Amino acid sequence: MSTGRTDSTTDTTGTGSTTGTAVVTGIGVVAPNGLGTEEYWAATLRGESGIRRLTRFDPAQYPSRLAGEVLGFDPSAHLPDRLLPQTDHMTRLALTAADLAVLDAGAGPEELHTLGAGVVTASASGGFEFGQRELENLWSKGNEYVSAYQSFAWFYAVNTGQISIRNGMRGPSGVIVADQAGGLDAVAHARRQLRGGASLMVTGGVDSSLCPWGWTAQIATGLLSTSDDPARAYTPFADTANGYVAGEGGAILVLETEEAALARGARPYGSVAGHAATFDPPPGSSRGPALRAAILGALADADCPPGDVDVVYADAAGLPDKDAAEAAALREVFGPHGVPVTAPKSMTGRLYSGGGPLDLATALLGFRDGVIPPTANVTLPDPAHRIDLVTGEPRAVATRTALVLARGHGGFNSAMVLRAPAAPRTPSP
Amino acid sequence: MSVQQIITLQDIVRALRAAAGEGDGVDLDGDIADVTFSELGYDSIAVLETVGSLERAYGFSLGDEAIQEAQTPGQLLRLAIEATAGVAGLAA
Amino acid sequence: MTRRVVITGLGVVAPGGIGAKAYWDVLANGRTATRAISSFDASRYRSRIAAECDFRPEEAGLTPQEIRRMDRAAQFAAVAADEAVADSGLLFADLPPHRTGVSVGTAVGCTTSLEREYVVVSDGGRQTLTDHRYGVPHLYDYLVPSSVAAEVAWRVGAEGPVNTVSTGCTSGLDAVGHAAALIREGSADVVVGGATDAPISPITLACFDAIRATSPRNDDPAHASRPFDRSRNGFVLGEGAALFVFEELEHARRRGAHIYAEVAGFATRSNAYHMTGLRSDGAELAQAVTAALGQARVAPGDLDYVNAHGSGTKQNDLHETAAIKASLGEHARTTPVSSIKSMIGHSLGAIGSLEVAACLLAMRHGLVPPTANLHDPDPKCDLDHVPLTARETPVRSVLSTGSGFGGFQSAVVLTGNGTEKGGLAQ
Repeated sequence: MSTGRTDSTTDTTGTGSTTGTAVVTGIGVVAPNGLGTEEYWAATLRGESGIRRLTRFDPAQYPSRLAGEVLGFDPSAHLPDRLLPQTDHMTRLALTAADLAVLDAGAGPEELHTLGAGVVTASASGGFEFGQRELENLWSKGNEYVSAYQSFAWFYAVNTGQISIRNGMRGPSGVIVADQAGGLDAVAHARRQLRGGASLMVTGGVDSSLCPWGWTAQIATGLLSTSDDPARAYTPFADTANGYVAGEGGAILVLETEEAALARGARPYGSVAGHAATFDPPPGSSRGPALRAAILGALADADCPPGDVDVVYADAAGLPDKDAAEAAALREVFGPHGVPVTAPKSMTGRLYSGGGPLDLATALLGFRDGVIPPTANVTLPDPAHRIDLVTGEPRAVATRTALVLARGHGGFNSAMVLRAPAAPRTPSP
Repeated sequence: MSVQQIITLQDIVRALRAAAGEGDGVDLDGDIADVTFSELGYDSIAVLETVGSLERAYGFSLGDEAIQEAQTPGQLLRLAIEATAGVAGLAA
Repeated sequence: MTRRVVITGLGVVAPGGIGAKAYWDVLANGRTATRAISSFDASRYRSRIAAECDFRPEEAGLTPQEIRRMDRAAQFAAVAADEAVADSGLLFADLPPHRTGVSVGTAVGCTTSLEREYVVVSDGGRQTLTDHRYGVPHLYDYLVPSSVAAEVAWRVGAEGPVNTVSTGCTSGLDAVGHAAALIREGSADVVVGGATDAPISPITLACFDAIRATSPRNDDPAHASRPFDRSRNGFVLGEGAALFVFEELEHARRRGAHIYAEVAGFATRSNAYHMTGLRSDGAELAQAVTAALGQARVAPGDLDYVNAHGSGTKQNDLHETAAIKASLGEHARTTPVSSIKSMIGHSLGAIGSLEVAACLLAMRHGLVPPTANLHDPDPKCDLDHVPLTARETPVRSVLSTGSGFGGFQSAVVLTGNGTEKGGLAQ
């Protein structure tokens, strides 16, 4: 009756032979305050922000004019010429981040060119800049002016497809959309594939919609900061919180089963120990938001009591009511001032599907270097929040367990618990 | 149709570069008229993108069979010249 | 103990019929719903045909504010979700909200609304610096299609894991796989999931024209979608949605639910080859099929029906024939393999779920839907493609395959006889 399995890979609905630990062995960062993992990390520890006035287009006519742009990115320095006409800016960033992550992991053809190696990315906006150009061609010149590449360059699955092709990965792939919460959900889905039998997953998220059309769509939420002062525009948990700044970029991670990673001598940054996703009740419901349930679910999944958590990387919406809701959830789980909380995204802006993965990367680098990076632009959190927000200088403290939170527009909540490796990874020279 | 709209191999190469990028280890300025697109590293979408830009620039239209037939820049050039001649003939 | 996942509710919005009953009427009778595009003037396009839904949101029960807020794809999903919930007999208000999840697939999300609004904020393509003052309040929800999953979650009161799955043309199968995974791993007991797409808009037509993927058989729209036929010349765009209620088996049995089928196997692979191209050997799709069958513990010879991707492009149908031969071996030729895209077109991300819905209905009725328009089979597509007329036969174990841009290759295996209450094979 049974055919048996003829290859060693996946099955997300299957019984899954392994429940082993999923470890991160490679990190690739493309962020507004640093192109490359160590560049980003150094800037973050210096408290150096990538938020400034938009340069991609003239933002003068828009109510919001600041953004976290990845400056100085020359795609032809990172990618073959052939890929450029067919890719949106955000796909070029994603491919670059994936290359960095794969290189960092030391994964070669043996690990990548198999049915056990897959890609799961998150997306929020797809290739919107490419899409705007082609819509403009269509509506200003005519339908015959639309590029053949529009058939795939803008859609939400493009980064997963291009990363799998560039790296020859033939295993289980996926694309998750849950706005800003999707980045963590994608990494959780990659872990699910490892549990189903895959051996290596490239995962995370990179987003950008910093074109006029994407900007117009983002402005429609009414949640973007309208400040022109990069130091005051995005101040999560401060009493000056007045909206968020949008950015571009994110992080791509290489996730492997611990067995596979150790067998090939890779050095894990840490492991994905737990995850849970929840959704808020409909607007107007008497029931409160479901962020606390996500936190508790992730801790339970990690078999981790709240007291073991050393640091929380907050979602940090930068809006008074949402900051208050997040602070309340943290108080309920950890007690007032119960755990160090930080929001390095105050230096990059909110990166949509890239935000969660970048926070994961930051937490893992924090394990490595025994430090919690600060929340920029905030001197003191609003005392009403009663949270221990890390501000000013980085806080030198060894962390072994981190909780990363992300919330997406519409009510998405995602929480992920990371653990430091048993043998600490030392900083790269 | 004016005289300067006669298509040359250089126009094809320029359109290929713009539509699908430069290849690794391929000299597009070399003698490539009879080298297949796939040997030059251009896939079917790259060829379609190139043909689209030529069609718009020169005001002709290639049918599906003609595109299938165009396996090299030289063949594409010949089909494009035939098609533009057709357009010019109609316009005359 | 392994948790098993069954489908207990079904809702459909499809070309040719709104609701599962009308949908089955189209498929069982081999009727085609492809026609000249009526929703906008497509006269300048190479391919001017599509399978459109005759969908009137007011009649389907949506409120004026829902209609204003939701893109057409979200409207389809909402209406299909309502039908699936009612069909399941499950009282969602009585369920613990945090144990209910949502998994909705879509390839192009709210593209129709995005294009409509782009035309306004750009003033018909005249302004590159689009004017935010003309942006509608829900513009961001059109940009990010997690809004579609959110709409479904609000309707059913889901507070567990909620995701949109967007893997292009395999979204509809992958969303089914994702829903089953959430239940199987214990993250949820009930998931409302499936897929939706409403891609029939100028920008979508234009980009498929540019790659000459859609059929230009404009003079005979009703017979334009010809999977496996020698004269096939591209796919015909479609639209629609199919949503399901997925339930943990014991949860369903305890309440005596009608069970359509068990989601017994799911697997996906990538061809790592090309964003639109397919390798002719179909190796990765074959691998996905083999893995899904293995999980389901169904042997190739036990399959009663294969619902093929069968898009009707030259390339796909050869690729898929090779993949089915490679994965089913000697049974490839003796198993019915049909493509319902011949009747309802290719609705991108939605089609995988519409095909799963077709499989469930085929199981229930003991009838394999045909491949319409198949008069002159391509000698290279030499499987039993059930031409023109539906075939009566018991359908207990089925396979549905999908293939999409980005290299995604997916397979779902469903089992159970689907005819009696809880009458699932042990």
